[in-house]
Amino acid sequence: MIRIDNLVKTFGAKRAVDGVSFSVERGEVLGFLGPNGAGKSTTMRMITGFYPPSAGKVTVGGHDVTESPLEAKRLIGYLPENAASYPDMTVRGFLEFCAEMRGMDAPARKKALARVVERCFLESVLDQSIDTLSKGYKHRTCLAQALIHDPEVLVLDEPTDGLDPNQKHEVRNLIRELGRTKAVVFSTHILEEVDAACSRAIIIDRGRIVANGTPDELRSLSDVAGAVTLHAQGASEEKLATLGRVEKLNGSFRVYPADKAASAELTRAIVALADREGWKLDALRTEEGHLDEVFRRITLPDTVKRNG
Amino acid sequence: MNLVWTIAKRELGGYFTSPVAYVFLVIFLLLAGFFTFTAGAFFERGEAGLAAFFAWHPWLYLILVPAVGMRLWSEERRAGTIELLLTMPVTTAQAIIGKFLASWLFLALALALTFPVIITANVLGDPDNGVIFTGYIGSLLLAGAYLAISCMTSAMTRNQVVAFILSVVLCLFLILAGFSPVTDLMVRWASPAFVDTVAAFSVMTHFDGFQKGVIDSRDLLFFLSVIGFALFATGAIIRGHRAG
Repeated sequence: MIRIDNLVKTFGAKRAVDGVSFSVERGEVLGFLGPNGAGKSTTMRMITGFYPPSAGKVTVGGHDVTESPLEAKRLIGYLPENAASYPDMTVRGFLEFCAEMRGMDAPARKKALARVVERCFLESVLDQSIDTLSKGYKHRTCLAQALIHDPEVLVLDEPTDGLDPNQKHEVRNLIRELGRTKAVVFSTHILEEVDAACSRAIIIDRGRIVANGTPDELRSLSDVAGAVTLHAQGASEEKLATLGRVEKLNGSFRVYPADKAASAELTRAIVALADREGWKLDALRTEEGHLDEVFRRITLPDTVKRNG
Repeated sequence: MNLVWTIAKRELGGYFTSPVAYVFLVIFLLLAGFFTFTAGAFFERGEAGLAAFFAWHPWLYLILVPAVGMRLWSEERRAGTIELLLTMPVTTAQAIIGKFLASWLFLALALALTFPVIITANVLGDPDNGVIFTGYIGSLLLAGAYLAISCMTSAMTRNQVVAFILSVVLCLFLILAGFSPVTDLMVRWASPAFVDTVAAFSVMTHFDGFQKGVIDSRDLLFFLSVIGFALFATGAIIRGHRAG
């Protein structure tokens, strides 16, 4: 549904987005990760047609966003960063306006309004003016706006920003559910959200894609991925060192295989070793890797990386 | 066209849900009354007409119209709603025209509320209502020209105050270029052809005819082209921001 080809956006001398390509199909939820200022919002603004790209191409549902913007925009529901909405309008008035802008007639608007109000839990504030709402409600009002025309493509810029943990949970569930029938792109810098909602994630740094894969694939890029951690009475570091590099954690050991793919063999070897040496194994687990470690390693500036 | 109206409706609603509309209407009517009856010596003139009323409009609008127009785009940019608006399936032109029309309608409403002055003139004397009518048309066009300029300056900045000041300065130029004390000064050192050319850019020159009951196609064209040009420039400015 969304196809992005070698997208570039420059602001003066700064290349905010520098040759980004990816595509998202229906039924997919793509998480867009990256530190602040990495180019996430800029990319999303180009997908939604707010920024014209400096180079490259965006097509949504087969429509080039630059050449036939109206057709492309009709397919997209967009939650901008900071969830802007008109503060002097009521929630009802605002959603009515958005529905009207999407070309719905009165009966269709009524139906759509009822649907999104239920989805985003806005019933209790429907006739309040938006500037009197708490941040969570403001955010959900703007999210409701993105869903009002039941779009095929959803572009959500930090949809859980500023929400409390319960609301975050609700929104993630909503995203996952929407992702079954739509193409969803959402940006975040909260890593747990990738696991909670995405089928695929892209990490972007300084305008370039630095990693792209399923959450599991990304995790396996981690240093500890494939390592085996064990806690056993009588275990000795020297014996374990014959199997691979050993790291001593408080009370337990972590053994790194030479090849990440060989972690199953390593586990068997450790069990055999414990058996031979008469160690009592209390716990044994294979590390999947940590997303935050991968994220940090990939996106830290080079100078910081070298120092530690 | 429907979308233009949807945007205009929302914008117009925005004036009335905030105190802006009411404060503006009250002040506009008070000032219009003051200038007409006190400063313009409406009663002492001994003539049945609204010359005293219309003559002040270029000056009255100079302050009040930028106050209406300053928020049009700067507020959208400050609040970030411009992103919402322009990612909906509308063209930038539709959005600009919708917002412009909303404020113009609002100014038309303010102008319509000055109707007691027509009644006063008709009760006290026997004015030429045709001249009054063309005066109103001219006044509305004048307001539209100022408004389009405010719309343009509003698109230049996120700051409403900056937008206001810029548009007052631009509108002031449009007045002064044809304001007789200024043109009289210029005649002393410039050739009459030059003075006439500069004055041709002035709203004063073109508003004059309407006050006398004449709708000259050149005057009409002047105001419409100021509006057209300023709105076109608004579009270019908004596209410019996004192009980076």
